Amino acid sequence: MKPPPFAYHDPTSIQEAADLIGRLDNAMPLAGGQSLMPMLNFRVVAPDHLIDLNRVAGLSYIEIKNGTGRFGAMTRQRDVEFSADVAKAFPVLHEALGHVGHRQTRNRGTIGGSLCHLDPSAELVNMAALHDGVLEVASRGGRREIKIADWVRGIMTNALEPGELLTGVTLKAWPTGHGYAFEEFARRHGDFAITAVGCLLTLDGNGTINRAVLCVSGMGPAPARVAEAERLLIGAKPGHEAFRAAAIAAQALDAMSDAYVTAAYRKHLARVLTYRALQRAAARAGGPR
Amino acid sequence: MGWFGASIKRKEDPAFLTGRGRYVDDIALPGMLHAVVLRSPHGHAGIRGIDKRAALSLPGVHAVFTHADLPESMQRQTVPLLVPSPTIKQALMPYCLAKDEVCFVGEPIAIVVADSRYLAEDAAALVEIDFQVLPAVSDCAKGLKPGAPPAHRGSPNNLGAFIPINVGNTDAAFAQAAHIFREQIFQHRGGPFFMECRGMIAVPDAVSDALTIYVASQGPHRHKRVLLDLMEWADHQLRIVTPDVGGGFGPKGSFYAEYGALAAAALAMRRPIKWIEDRHENFLSTQQERDQYWDVEIAVDAEARILGVRGSLTHDAGAYLPWGVVLPWIAATSVPGPYVIRNFHLDVSVAFTNKVPTSPVRGAGRPEAAVVMERLMDRVAREFKLDRAEVRRRNFITPAQMPYKVGIIFRDGRPVTYDSGDYPVCQRDALAAVDYEGFRARQVKAREEGRYIGLGIGNAVEATGLGPYESATVRVSTSGKLTVYTGATPQGQSHKTTLAQIAADHFGCTPDDITIVTADTAATGLGVGSFAARTAVNAGSSVHLASAQVAQKIKQFAAQMMEVAEQDVVLENGYAKVAGSDVKRSFREVAAVAVGMPGFSMARGPSPGLEATSHFTPDQSTYSNGTHVAEVEVDIETGHVTVTRYLLMHDCGTVINPMVVEGQIVGGVIHGVGNAFFERLIYDDQAQPVSTHFGEYLLPLATDSPIVEVLHMETPSPLNPLGLKGAGEGGTIAAIAALLSAVEDALEPFGVHIAEAPITPQRIVELLGEHALGRTR
Repeated sequence: MKPPPFAYHDPTSIQEAADLIGRLDNAMPLAGGQSLMPMLNFRVVAPDHLIDLNRVAGLSYIEIKNGTGRFGAMTRQRDVEFSADVAKAFPVLHEALGHVGHRQTRNRGTIGGSLCHLDPSAELVNMAALHDGVLEVASRGGRREIKIADWVRGIMTNALEPGELLTGVTLKAWPTGHGYAFEEFARRHGDFAITAVGCLLTLDGNGTINRAVLCVSGMGPAPARVAEAERLLIGAKPGHEAFRAAAIAAQALDAMSDAYVTAAYRKHLARVLTYRALQRAAARAGGPR
Repeated sequence: MGWFGASIKRKEDPAFLTGRGRYVDDIALPGMLHAVVLRSPHGHAGIRGIDKRAALSLPGVHAVFTHADLPESMQRQTVPLLVPSPTIKQALMPYCLAKDEVCFVGEPIAIVVADSRYLAEDAAALVEIDFQVLPAVSDCAKGLKPGAPPAHRGSPNNLGAFIPINVGNTDAAFAQAAHIFREQIFQHRGGPFFMECRGMIAVPDAVSDALTIYVASQGPHRHKRVLLDLMEWADHQLRIVTPDVGGGFGPKGSFYAEYGALAAAALAMRRPIKWIEDRHENFLSTQQERDQYWDVEIAVDAEARILGVRGSLTHDAGAYLPWGVVLPWIAATSVPGPYVIRNFHLDVSVAFTNKVPTSPVRGAGRPEAAVVMERLMDRVAREFKLDRAEVRRRNFITPAQMPYKVGIIFRDGRPVTYDSGDYPVCQRDALAAVDYEGFRARQVKAREEGRYIGLGIGNAVEATGLGPYESATVRVSTSGKLTVYTGATPQGQSHKTTLAQIAADHFGCTPDDITIVTADTAATGLGVGSFAARTAVNAGSSVHLASAQVAQKIKQFAAQMMEVAEQDVVLENGYAKVAGSDVKRSFREVAAVAVGMPGFSMARGPSPGLEATSHFTPDQSTYSNGTHVAEVEVDIETGHVTVTRYLLMHDCGTVINPMVVEGQIVGGVIHGVGNAFFERLIYDDQAQPVSTHFGEYLLPLATDSPIVEVLHMETPSPLNPLGLKGAGEGGTIAAIAALLSAVEDALEPFGVHIAEAPITPQRIVELLGEHALGRTR
C-alpha cells in the first residue's frame, strides 16, 4: 500500500496549474486527497505526474449573491458546512454536508474533488443536480461551462477533456422559506450512502406544491432527477397520497447491484427515503406536518 | 493482600498515551532492508515458473527469494501442524514459500527485499509468475459435494477432518420426545482486525548462525519452537521477542509461512530485514474465523425440558489447518452451554476451501455455539408460548450439580467438567437489572407508537484458562529491583498491571515497584503465550506461586542477617523488617547476600539467589459464564438496528482488577456487535476476496456501539490458588446470540425468524417483505 513513483508539481496559480495539466502526459490533479491518496496507495491509479492544487490561489471561495452561489473548486467541505450564508441560501446543502464522510475528512475534502471523483453516492453531486449546478472549467485554451446534466459521462467518469481543470461550481438558490430535505441511508455514520434523496419544494398560497425537484443518489452512476415524481408532486397537496406516489416513482428508477447491496434494496430505500424527505420538506415549506 | 481486586490504573497507559509504546514498526536498525511478501493473486493455481530478472534489475532491489532459495530444511518441510488430532484426514500445511501450487489468494510466493518498502512494492509488480489457474473452492458446503474441484491438487476430496461427537443415546432421546424442532443457521465471523497489523524484523547475529527476531505475536515461545523445527537449529541460535502489540484476538498467535521465509532471507543476506503487513495484506493473509453451516434439531419433553440435541456442522477451514481442528472442536463442544443436555450428537465436517486459513478469533467458535443453543431455546419458547427466560430456567445446570460433567471431551484433552458457577442466579440478576418483567409493557406501548423494540437473552459458559502452563520467574536483582519474567504475551490485556498486582501483595510494595517483562525467549526458557483467556489463570497463578517462594527466601536470608526468626520478618516498602521494630534490611542488601561473595561459602539455609520460577499447570479448563441482555429498536422501513441497551452479568471467578475486566468485557461486546450486524468477508465463486478494506468490511464505530453495563458475580474457581477464571472472551461469546434474539423479538409481530449472522438491514427488509413498506404503503 505504497504509491507508485510519480513526479510532484506544486503550482500557485490557476494559469500555472492549467499549463501543467495541459502539457504533461498522464497527469492528475490532487485536491483534498480523501479519495485519490487511498487510490494511489492501492495502486488503482498510477499517474506519472501529480499536480497539487492546494497552493493554487483563487480556487477557494464562497460567494452568494443575486440568487446564486459560487463555490471555488478547492473550497473545503467544512468551510461550506459552517458558512452561515450557505445555511441560509442553500439549507439543503448545509444538511447534506453533515453526511459527507466525517468531520475530519471534511476538513480536507473539497467541493471540486467530490464533484470530479463522482462517487455514485456523493452528496455534493446530488446537491449540484438539485440546484441546477453549472461547473466552471479552465484549460490552457481558456474557460468553459458544463451543466450538471452533462457532467456525468459514466460511472466515476466526468466530462473534463484532457488538459482541463475544474475551477468552481455555481448553484442556483431557491426562494427564502422553500421546503428542503436530504435523507440518506448508510450502514454507519459517515459511510457512502447506499441510497440518498435530496428534495426541494415550494407551496403556493393554497398550500399546493407549485415547484419541486427530487434527486436520488446511489442507484446508478450519477444522481438521478426523478422527473415523474416531480411531475406528480407539482399541483398536488402535500400529504400521504402525493408522497406515496412520488416515492413509488423514485423506486421505479433503475438500480445497480453489487457484492453487498441488491438493486431491490436500493429501490426500496429510494421509496422510503423519498417519502421521508418529502414529509420533512413539506413541513419546512409550511405544509402539514 | 491489598492490590489484588483493586481497580488501579494501568501501568501500560502512560507510555501508550504519550506515544512511547514500542511496536515492531517503531524499531529501526542500522543497515535494515525492507521486504514485501509477494502473494498469490489466484484462489487456486499451479506455479510453472518464476522470472525475477526484471524485478532484480530495478535499482535498490537486493533480492527476490522463492521456494528454491530457501534453506534445504525449509524446502523439505512444511510449517508444522502444532495441534495434531486423530480426526484429521488430510494434515495439509503450507511451505514457507509456495513450491508449485498456491491454494488461496494471499498465499506467500516470494519475498522481495529492497532499500525501501516503496521500491520493494515496485519490484514485486515486476516478478513474472507463470500460473496455471485451477478451479477453486469458495463455499465450504459446496466444496464437500461430490464433483467439487479439490482445493488442493491431488486431494481425493475437501474433507480435512471429521469429528463425530456423541453423548448419551440421542436416537433414543429423540424417539421419546414430545416435540422436535429444527434450525438451520448460517454463521459468519470475520477476522481479528487488530489495529496494529502483523510485522516482523529478523536480525542476523554478527558472529554466529543465529537470529534475533522481533515479531508482533501472541507468544514468541511457540514461534521459536516452529522456527527451530524449520531451521533445524538449537535453542541458543534463536531469540524471539514480542514488543508492544496492538491487538491480537487469536490469529496473531499463529506462525505464518512468511515468518520462516523472512528469517531465512535475513540469514542469507546478513542484514536485518523488516516486514510490516499492510492493511490490504492483512485482509488477504491474516487468518479469519469465517463460515459455519449448522443444521440442528432439539428434542424436548412436554414441559420444554431438553432431551437431546443432534445435527451437523460444516466448518470452513480455509486452505490449511494452522490450529488443527481446534476452532470447530471448540464450537461443537460449547453447544450445550449452561443447560442440561444428556444426549448430544453432532457430526462436524471440516472442509478445505481456497481461502485464507481459519483459526480462532476472540470467542473461538463459542459465539457460534451460543447462537445455535440460544436460537434453539428461543424456538422452544416460541413453540410452547412460554417466556424465554422460563424455558432457560427449566433447563439450567444448577450449582448443586457442580462439578458438572457435560460428557464431551474438550480440546484440552479432558472431559468437559464445569468447575463452578451459578447460572440460574446469573440470569435472574441480569434480568432483574433490566426490569425484564416490565419490558413487555414497554414493548406494547412502543408498538402503538409504530416503534419496534425487542429484548434478547444470551447465556454462555466459556472454557478458560487452558493449559499447559505459563512461565513466571520472579527475581530480585542485586540492585534491589523486583522483576517478573513471563511467557505471557499481552496485546492490550493489561498483563503488566494485573500480574504486578498479584506480585505486589507478596512483597509489601506497589505494582509500580515491579517490572513485568513479557514475551522474550531469552528471559524465560518456557512459555506458551496468550490465547484462550488463559493468562490470568496460568501466568497469574505462576506469578503468585513464584512470588510466594521469593518472598519467603527474602525473609529467610533477612532473618539470618538480622538474627531473628523467619516468622518475625515482614516485607514492607522494599524492606525486610523485624515486625514491631525499626530493624530492617533493604531488598538490595538481602539480594547481595543471597547471591554470595566470590570465594566465600554460602551460609547454610536457602539456595542462592532471590529468584524462583513457577509453571503452574492447571488440571483442566475453568469455566466462566455470563448472561447478556440486549435491547434493540428496529426501523422496519430501512432495516436499521439500534442497540438501545446492553447489560451483562459476568462471572469470571475472583477479579484481579475490575476496571481491566470491564474494559475487556466492553471491547468484547463491541466485537459481538460487529459480528452480529456488520463484519462480513465476501468472496466470489472463485474464492477471490471482495472485502479487502475497511470501506467494505465494516467494523462497528463508536456511533454503533452501545453503552455496556457490566455486572459481576464472583464464583471462585476451585482449580487454581487464586480462584481465577478467564475474562477475555466472555464479552463476545453470548453477544451475537443476545442481539439476534433481540432483533427477532422486535419483529415478532411480523413473524420474522433470524437464522443467520451477521444480519444486515437489507436482509431484515427482505425478511419483512411487504411490512418493510411501512408508512409508504
